[in-house]
Order: sequence, then C-alpha cells, then structure tokens
Amino acid sequence: MTLRLTAVDLRHRNGVQALRDVHLSIAAGERVAIIGPSGAGKSSLLNVLATALQPSVGELALLGVQPWQLSSRARQRLRSRIGLIHQAPPLPPRQRVVTAVLAGKLGQWGLGKSLLNLLHPVDTAGAHALLARLDLDDKLFAQCQQLSGGQLQRVGIARALYQQPELLLADEPVSAMDPRLARHTLDLLCQHASEQRVTLVASLHTVELALACFPRIIGVRDGQIAFDLSAAEVTPQRLDDLYANAQLSRAPTSADTATPWLPRC
Amino acid sequence: MLSRHHRDPAAFPRLLLATLAVLLLWPGIRLAELNPGVLFDPAVSRSTGAFLAGFWPPAHDQDFLALLWDATLQTLAIATAGMFLALMLAVPASLLASRALSLSAASIGAQPGWLGTCVRWPVRGVLIFLRSVPEIVWALLFVRAVGLGPTAGVLAIAITYAGMLGKVYAEIYESVDQRPAQAMMRAGAGRLAAFAYGTLPAAAAELMSYTVYRWECAVRASVVMGFVGAGGLGQQIDLSMRMFASAEVASILLTFIVLVLFADLLSRVLRGRFT
Repeated sequence: MTLRLTAVDLRHRNGVQALRDVHLSIAAGERVAIIGPSGAGKSSLLNVLATALQPSVGELALLGVQPWQLSSRARQRLRSRIGLIHQAPPLPPRQRVVTAVLAGKLGQWGLGKSLLNLLHPVDTAGAHALLARLDLDDKLFAQCQQLSGGQLQRVGIARALYQQPELLLADEPVSAMDPRLARHTLDLLCQHASEQRVTLVASLHTVELALACFPRIIGVRDGQIAFDLSAAEVTPQRLDDLYANAQLSRAPTSADTATPWLPRC
Repeated sequence: MLSRHHRDPAAFPRLLLATLAVLLLWPGIRLAELNPGVLFDPAVSRSTGAFLAGFWPPAHDQDFLALLWDATLQTLAIATAGMFLALMLAVPASLLASRALSLSAASIGAQPGWLGTCVRWPVRGVLIFLRSVPEIVWALLFVRAVGLGPTAGVLAIAITYAGMLGKVYAEIYESVDQRPAQAMMRAGAGRLAAFAYGTLPAAAAELMSYTVYRWECAVRASVVMGFVGAGGLGQQIDLSMRMFASAEVASILLTFIVLVLFADLLSRVLRGRFT
C-alpha cells in the first residue's frame, strides 16, 4: 500500500474546512485521477499527500510510514521519495531550465554536489533527455522567465521525473497546454509511471483526459470523496452530479438583479 | 449637498497629520540648537569665504598627488578588507537569522518552529549589538587596543558592517518569493541547497547592489575614521584642514567624488549582470 488516509480532516489557518472525513487508499503502481469542481479540495488533498499540509485530524500513511510522526530529518528523506508537480511551478525567473530540472535531485544529493551543480550542471545529458521527451530540449539553457506557462509546466514535470520519486503527485499538470500537448504529456506521465512502477495521482479539470488516461477516478466535492470508481464506471449522470452548480445552472432573471445585494460576511 | 459630496474625505486627516508633524518637529529644531542666522554673520562668512576661495585651483603638485594616491589606496584597502571580514561574519549570521530557511515554515501556511526561533533571536541580538555601536566608537576603542593605523579602521568596519549586512541580508532573503525554496524543501532538499537554488537567484541583484552600496559607505566611514588616526584619506584631510590648505582639501574632496562615482558604476554593471 503506497498511501492510506484514514478519517482525514483539513482545516486551513483561515478557518476554511478544506477536507472532511476523507478515507482513501492507493496501492503501489496505481494510476489515479482526481476530478471535481473548482474549490472542491483537489489541491488540498494533493498537498496533504505531498506532506506539504499537515492534516488537522486523522491519519496519513505514505510509503509505509506516518510522515508527521517522523523527525524532521527523516521526513525530509521521505519527501525526497515523493514528487509533486505544481500547476504553476515555482521556479526562480532567472534560473536556467537545466538547473531547474536538475534541482529535482537536491533531496538525494549532498550539499557539495548541489552547489557544484549550480556552478556547472553535473548531468546536462540527463536533463536534455527528459526535456527531449517533453519536446522542450531547445530550451535547455534558456532562463525560466523566457518560457510560457505551458513550457514552465513541462519544466516542472521534467524536474519531478528527474527526481525519480516512488510516489508522483500532479496538481493540474497540463492546465496551461493545448489539448494535443496535454494528451501527449499525460500519456508520457502515465507511461513513465507504468514503466517505473511509480504510483501516480493527478488532479485534472479536463474530465475527458482523466477518463482516457487513468484507470481509477476519484471525484471530490465539498472536501469529501463523492465517488471512487474505475474509469468505465463513471457515468455522465455521476459527472453531472459532481459538477452540479446551483448558482450557475439557474439562468439569471430580472427578479435576481432586483434583489438587494447582501454581504456574506 | 453638492459641496459635501465633493469634499475630499482625506483632506482633514492629512491637514491634522501635517500640523502634528510640525508641532512635533519644532521642539526638535530647538533641541538641536539649529540657528541658520550664524551662516550670515559677516565674520563667519568672511573666514568661510576665504577658506572656500582657496579651493581653486585644487592642489596638483607631484608630491601631493603621490601622497593622495597612497592615501586613496589605503582608504580603499581599509574599506575592502573591512567589508571582506564583515562578510565572513554577516553571511553565516544572516542565514541563521533569516526565517526564509525555516524547514517547519516550508509546509503551507505553517509558522517557523520554536527551536528555530530560539536560534534566530540570539543571532539577531548579536547583530543588533554589533551595529548599534557606531564605527567611529569601535575605531577609537581599537586605536587604543592595536595602536594608530589602518588595522583599527579595518576592525571597526568589519564589526559594524557585519551587523548591518547580516540584518539586511536576512531581510532580503525573506522579502523575495519564498515559494521556489519552499517547494524544494518540500521535495526533500536541505535548507542550504534550497536557499542556493530557490532564494539566491531572486535575491542576487538586491544583495549585490546593497553590498556595493555598503562598500561605498565603508569608503566614507574609513575616511571619517582617519580623523581619529586610522589612516587613509581621512588622516590626510584632517592634516590639510589643520594647515588651512584649502587647495589640498579640494583635491581630496574631488577624490571622494571619483570614488563614489566608481562605486556607482560598479554597482550598475553588477546589477546589469544579475538581472
């Protein structure tokens, strides 16, 4: 079992309840997509899995250990085995792509090798090979600030793949790419996951992509798991229920505009 | 009705604040015993005028220029050596004092842990102590301890500037985008590696500019410390002023302008390289 969540609640510092009584277990080598309306808690769930957020209540087990019971040093070692692909990868604007990709291994390298790599890239070939698979090898020595949003996302993916984690998490990894490139990139992620026996959990806002690339689909709504099914079992009715939005479905009428606006807080 | 709508709601608070500022500052002027009238006193303006009239032409005889060259080099050496020693102390201290390297704060929305805070506060205290004593006071102390000469100036600059650089460096680390470094710490990277990859690229230009500016300040400070016997241009200007050699003072002041201009150029070139 790669990861198991038992009765996990997550309350943000500002008091917002992001996750409510989440039970989830994912086996090693599984490929899972998380879908749901925006603000449902997809990112919160992924951040809990990435040990970036500590659950307020409940138990989290990752790769056979409980990360929040570990010492800080042991947790850092565990974190180096978990890769998170960000929707907007936090890359310093002036950093070169090759450095940004090789930074994936910082958790495994010692400080000496890390600093040496900053002066002169120690594995240009490795970074080049990964970027070539993502069709970005011409940007190897470009600065991150010269890239578009979709290109930055691919740099983020290359970094996570270079890290070679046992658990690969992806938060909307292809949101800034055109449909064709998005499909190609997701296929690449899935192929990498199945070849390397890596567990892959990705949140996606494009349901078609999720259904096409992932065997298991988890629907999240209001911080809870609405369904947890194989891709074949996800019916249009379930998707309608998942994405149902009371405010948007109702057509605006003249009566609506006439009602006085009331502050909510 | 209309006039009430058109009245600026910020006008009254602004007027109040301005009045308050004048009321508070007026006693300050009295306390500082500032009396601009003294400048227009005929006796004073005559002696000042005579001294200023001697500024042109600046002294440029061979012997004095050789002396000026040596003094300039000594001033630059004091400032540079002092800055180097200050950096040796300031860089580790800033890393210890900055919250940007907190592993506990790397989790989203989390605060730095209590253990880290316990380390950061004493380091901050040491930095405050180092910079709260003016360099001229350190220089007087060191002139007593190690005797007249540039060593006292170097040590005084090293100590005060370590305090300033350490504090400002720590704040620059905290002021740049924290997400790159935090993302790396959350992927298992150590603090220093995450700092070098995540924080330094964004902070480099700011750090460079501040360091060169401080070096420029160190040049000026070493001049002031020359007055208390720490060598360099300061000692030279002190001698020239005592001898009422206005032409020499003018030459030395021109040298200052050239030095500051040089520091400004250096800063611009380095900033261009790092942005």
